[in-house]
Amino acid sequence: MLILAIDTSAVASAALVSDDALEGEVASFATEDTRSHAEVLAPGIEDLLSSAGVAGQDIDAIVVGVGPGPFTGLRSGIATARALAFVWDKPLHGLMSLDAVALEVAESTDAAAEFLVVTDARRKEVYWARYSLADGQLPRLEDGPHVSFAADLPDLPAYGAGAGLYSDVLRADPGFSKEQPDALYLGQFALARLASGAQLLDSTPLYLRESDAQVPGPRKRAL
Amino acid sequence: MNRSQPLVLGIESSCDETGVGIVRGTTLLTNTVSSSMDEHVRFGGVIPEIASRAHLDAFVPTLRQALADAGVKLEDVDAIAVTSGPGLAGALMVGVCAAKALALATGKPLYAINHLVAHVGVGLLDGIPNGGAKPDGGSPASVAAGAAGAPRLPDNLGALLVSGGHTEILKINSITSDVQLLGSTIDDAAGEAYDKVARILGLGYPGGPAIDRLARTGNPKAIRFPRGLSQPKYMGTAEEPGPHRYDWSFSGLKTAVARCVEQFEARGEEVPVADIAAAFQEAVVDVITSKAVLACREHGIKDVLLGGGVAANSRLRELTGQRCASAGIRLHVPPLDLCTDNGAMVAALGAQLVMAGIGPSGIGFAPDSSMPVTAVSLPA
Ligand SMILES: [Zn+2]
Repeated sequence: MLILAIDTSAVASAALVSDDALEGEVASFATEDTRSHAEVLAPGIEDLLSSAGVAGQDIDAIVVGVGPGPFTGLRSGIATARALAFVWDKPLHGLMSLDAVALEVAESTDAAAEFLVVTDARRKEVYWARYSLADGQLPRLEDGPHVSFAADLPDLPAYGAGAGLYSDVLRADPGFSKEQPDALYLGQFALARLASGAQLLDSTPLYLRESDAQVPGPRKRAL
Repeated sequence: MNRSQPLVLGIESSCDETGVGIVRGTTLLTNTVSSSMDEHVRFGGVIPEIASRAHLDAFVPTLRQALADAGVKLEDVDAIAVTSGPGLAGALMVGVCAAKALALATGKPLYAINHLVAHVGVGLLDGIPNGGAKPDGGSPASVAAGAAGAPRLPDNLGALLVSGGHTEILKINSITSDVQLLGSTIDDAAGEAYDKVARILGLGYPGGPAIDRLARTGNPKAIRFPRGLSQPKYMGTAEEPGPHRYDWSFSGLKTAVARCVEQFEARGEEVPVADIAAAFQEAVVDVITSKAVLACREHGIKDVLLGGGVAANSRLRELTGQRCASAGIRLHVPPLDLCTDNGAMVAALGAQLVMAGIGPSGIGFAPDSSMPVTAVSLPA
């Protein structure tokens, strides 16, 4: 099974993963910055396909990170994934973006049995979720995702760029203090979930926050 | 690629309308629009984040509908065009990302197009200039047909664009390569001023139709509201133009309306809502049309195309028609569904670019919320 995975919940990334390839990875790319999704994503996917010699019709499914993440960036990946799935007529699945970091943590040697994944939600807040880990299993989502102040999170080892940003109040793992959700891990997670017969999400974005719009109150009268 | 009658799909998402239009050359095949306007009503104005969320969910259904309406398959399309600016940054982003993905998945060339110039592009669709409603009191809109009968824009063409997002007067030397901004609002768009004043008067959203309706029962001369940027220091003379000769400002007008309402209330008098609506509308329409006609006269413009959602306003059409007629300028008003934001206008301009042999933009460009009209389309 060949999957095109896309995530723009923090950086922009995409990957081709297959259960036939070593560790699942066929090809992948990720940007460093979190603000250029609209420019780099489509060219990045185009390069990915051509370097792997893969055509759209060869892909079995598309997986997209549905956040949480800053809204405009998050939408660029979902808009891209939906349009690609429409043209190629392929199934489209969603995965919670923090799962990508959780899988990366699970594959590291010093993973804790219970931990947090934390990313930057801007406005002095973080997106986070709590996972548990049993031997030889995929990380299991226990709670979340939520958006909160870092100081209000459970007292557990914390992984991801949001933990690094608030290492003064979180038990941030230094090895993961810059880690962002990456489509490569998201794709591997999707392969493993689908292989075990599990359902994935649809592509509805997890905004977690309402739009900032305020319903205007009645105008104050002069008297 | 078919360069004489290209099949072009256009995508628009710069404000609150998700539009997909399809044209073949200058023939309109479909103009499919999904609007999130209803979701903005309780806020009294377009909320960018709500509009962006709506674009994301509306895009694929609108595209599917457009293809079905036109009886066209995506693989038959010669090129894709998308609004890359100006507009709301987050809203533009959705359309641009979706358009890039379509281009990537189909291998079709993609054109990143200026929204304001696209408003003028509808004037090139078959039968549009003469098919449009004639403004009351205006000269009959003429058929702008070339020698071969194909629509072409008149020489010395101007465009007056008035909507909730913009207020501009443009001079179109060449629609594919040379467009000049003569004047624009320096603060609120005219449609935005209508929304804000409607809220002050308790008339609901959108403000344009509500004020237009009520104004018919009021006396526009009952109160005199200011015409922004009309003092000599801003206007100057034709020889020595001031800094804002053809520019507008509506924020002071909105403040004047608020102050006027407060004064009635402070005196314990009933607020004459219809008179205020009529006087406000007269101030907006007077300053828009007088400055637009002045810009046209001083730039040798002989034909003007009216675009944008406020083109639906009865008084704007009437006074623009009258003032254009007395200045010897022909006024063209496309049908209203082509005046408001839509994908057909983007497709129409895209087709012109293909026919003019202009190269596509590729898929590496960034949307630009303040894209200038000098950029009709983005180079690769
Ligand atoms: Zn517009």
